[in-house]
Amino acid sequence: MALKDITLGQFFPGNSVIHRLDPRTKLICVVLYIVALFLASWFVSYTLMLLVLAGSIALSRVPPKSILRGLKPVLFIVVFTAVLNLLYTPGDTVLARFWIFTVTLEGVSRAFFMVVRIMMLISGTFLLTYTTSPILLTDGLESLLNPLKKVRVPVHELAMIMSIALRFIPTLIEETDKIMSAQRARGADFESGNLIQRAKALLPLLVPLFISAFRRADELATAMECRCYHGGEGRTRLRQLKYKGADYAALLLFLAVTVAAGVLGHFGL
Amino acid sequence: METIIQAEDLHFSYPAVEEGTTPVVLDGVSLEIEEGSFVAVLGHNGCGKSTLAKHMNAILLPSGGTVYVDGIDTRDEDRLLDIRRTVGMVFQNPDNQIVANVVEEDVAFAPENLGVPPDEIRQRVDDALKAVNMYAYREHAPHLLSGGQKQRVAIAGVIAMQPRCVVLDEPTAMLDPIGRKDVLRTIRTLNRERGVTVVLITHHMDEAAQADRLVVMAKGKVIADGAPKAVFSRVEELRKVGLTVPQTTALLWELRREGWDVPLDALSDEECAQALYQLLQ
Amino acid sequence: MDPIIETKNLTHTYSVGTPFEHTALDGVDFAAYPGEYLGIIGHTGSGKSTLIQHLNALLKPTSGTVLFQGTDIWSDPKLTKKTRFQVGLVFQYPEYQLFEETVYKDISFGPRNMGLDEKEIDRRVRAAAYFVGLRDDHLEKSPFELSGGQKRRVAIAGVIAMEPKVLILDEPTAGLDPEGVESILGNIREYHQAHNATIILVSHSMEEVARSVDRLVAVNDGRIPFQGAPREVFQHGDELERMGLGVPQLTRVFHRLRAMGVDIDPSVYTLDQAKSAILSKLKGEVG
Repeated sequence: MALKDITLGQFFPGNSVIHRLDPRTKLICVVLYIVALFLASWFVSYTLMLLVLAGSIALSRVPPKSILRGLKPVLFIVVFTAVLNLLYTPGDTVLARFWIFTVTLEGVSRAFFMVVRIMMLISGTFLLTYTTSPILLTDGLESLLNPLKKVRVPVHELAMIMSIALRFIPTLIEETDKIMSAQRARGADFESGNLIQRAKALLPLLVPLFISAFRRADELATAMECRCYHGGEGRTRLRQLKYKGADYAALLLFLAVTVAAGVLGHFGL
Repeated sequence: METIIQAEDLHFSYPAVEEGTTPVVLDGVSLEIEEGSFVAVLGHNGCGKSTLAKHMNAILLPSGGTVYVDGIDTRDEDRLLDIRRTVGMVFQNPDNQIVANVVEEDVAFAPENLGVPPDEIRQRVDDALKAVNMYAYREHAPHLLSGGQKQRVAIAGVIAMQPRCVVLDEPTAMLDPIGRKDVLRTIRTLNRERGVTVVLITHHMDEAAQADRLVVMAKGKVIADGAPKAVFSRVEELRKVGLTVPQTTALLWELRREGWDVPLDALSDEECAQALYQLLQ
Repeated sequence: MDPIIETKNLTHTYSVGTPFEHTALDGVDFAAYPGEYLGIIGHTGSGKSTLIQHLNALLKPTSGTVLFQGTDIWSDPKLTKKTRFQVGLVFQYPEYQLFEETVYKDISFGPRNMGLDEKEIDRRVRAAAYFVGLRDDHLEKSPFELSGGQKRRVAIAGVIAMEPKVLILDEPTAGLDPEGVESILGNIREYHQAHNATIILVSHSMEEVARSVDRLVAVNDGRIPFQGAPREVFQHGDELERMGLGVPQLTRVFHRLRAMGVDIDPSVYTLDQAKSAILSKLKGEVG
């Protein structure tokens, strides 16, 4: 299998309401959504959250299938935590008892909500990356974190590092593919052997990859200097982030949902 | 004509890695580039041509002698941005000079650094992309483009600074014939239609032949400087420094050695055919 | 003569079942014969890289077969691995694969993977280094200290050291200056003669293939539109131009001459051919 078949930066280009929201709005909404998820406690509050999630997905026109596919890799962890919760939660209503384990009603409910919470959390963040191009996401983050500059956090530099990393991931994947093929042509074997042998076999891949990455970094730095890069000071942007009506609406909605979830959760609903 | 880049008795050697080994890369280069001209610098690998290029916008500073860009000494740190925005630079590997992961964002990089207002950035980006004929790809991801297309995006990224001169350091070395043709066409258009001064560093004879002026370098020195036709007719000298001449010139030179009276400066296919035609009549 | 390596109805499709699905090779019948010097020409994306990666089993056909000395290389895993050693493949910009501490160790990587004994490895490393013009004192150096051209030689030696029966080189002269091009092409020619190996040179420089190879195969759009002696292939000037390839400069000049009414054979493609064509014409007219 070619490495380049792996899809990275799972952005689904589109023009839905959700796509058009300011990236900062989406970032703040996702944070509010996560907070709300942790405040939710019982069916009523979770139903509210589910409605919010389903509504957002529907509005984004991202096929729900893609979201579900994104959940696959974390399924193991989810099931694992669920089982642990199921078996180790103490409680009064014992449902079953075998060997050293006791399954309680509290355990069942806790495991169930744990699964739902993790799934919804992941779906929500996926919706953010599915509907926001990596570069906008970086811009949004930079802009939101801007106040931190006052306490000397290198916000611009971090954002620049992130966007360059995003730019070079596909290039380096392609390069990895090429070097692997070239070493295979010289009889390198990346697939068999025990762990130590395999780690050793990676050397002919990793050494050239690192050297090439450093060379690229060096050349890129020169090219950036040639294009008058001198840090974030006095820099303007082609794309200006601007809050619009829909952004205020979304922010208000999510704020309301978070408050609602908090209130409902407080009363154990 | 105004001089845009001027090198005076330029010397350069890299800092010594070991005691006593300071290879001299540039050994007394004096050169004037006129505004609006198309100059090719030809030489084999290691002759100092790339090092010379890097002096043209203060990436490297002379060990001896002086380089002036639009009258500014490149050692003047306070004017660094003025130097860099006057002379843009395009490198060999297009992958390693594209910063952003959307074409138009990348082209916007230099104007953003210069603090150009957003509306004007938009104009400059569109204009630069149209100049290299990549406007239709403005929203594409650079890594999905072909080598020639990437290189044209890189050129647009420099054009968006609105430089008066563009130095290209072997911009076609990694491209296939189609990519090479497209890039060269772009370079020529920039020079002719926009009056941008072009310095093309290359070891491809056919590319050098398209320039108005050809500077040949060997061992850190300029060994020939003149119109391509005149320079290429010095077949033996060029061969001595490890360069070949275009096949057309080579054929005419061989015939001349056999005692036939043919001109050596018939560079293009057409001129060469014409010269042979006259010989055969 | 039977081909040493051939493909029958070879089709390769990348990323099957995704939106990026793309057929790079479409029913290709290709053959290379023992001891021949073959050129493959085609622009980027024509399918030529996909084709050569099938020849040494780096890629598995989507359908069709690849035969080495008459046997399907995918019929037995052992055979597949063996094919990688017998069909050596030098990738584009091979210097970017160097990884060992010394030149010697890097060149010995292939032979060591073949499971040869120390003595044989040593012989092969030295022989390969000699072929590409590396001196003995280069062998103990770090490959990263060498110049670009020398690095490329080390990388090529790394494949030659496996002493493959078929040696495929993808753009071995890319980015080199004329002197570097000459010397690499000379090294390849020497290896060809000394081992009577089959050489497959992939290039998009028509001048370069024109003076090196016995036979040319043009690849375009995942197919082979024509093949044959360079003289025959270069007759398809217009089609080659449309494929983004073109013909050697002197061939173009001679076509022009002919169009101007000179009775001359336009199928020349090297400097020597052109020179003797003109000279014999001149002598014919004088005498």
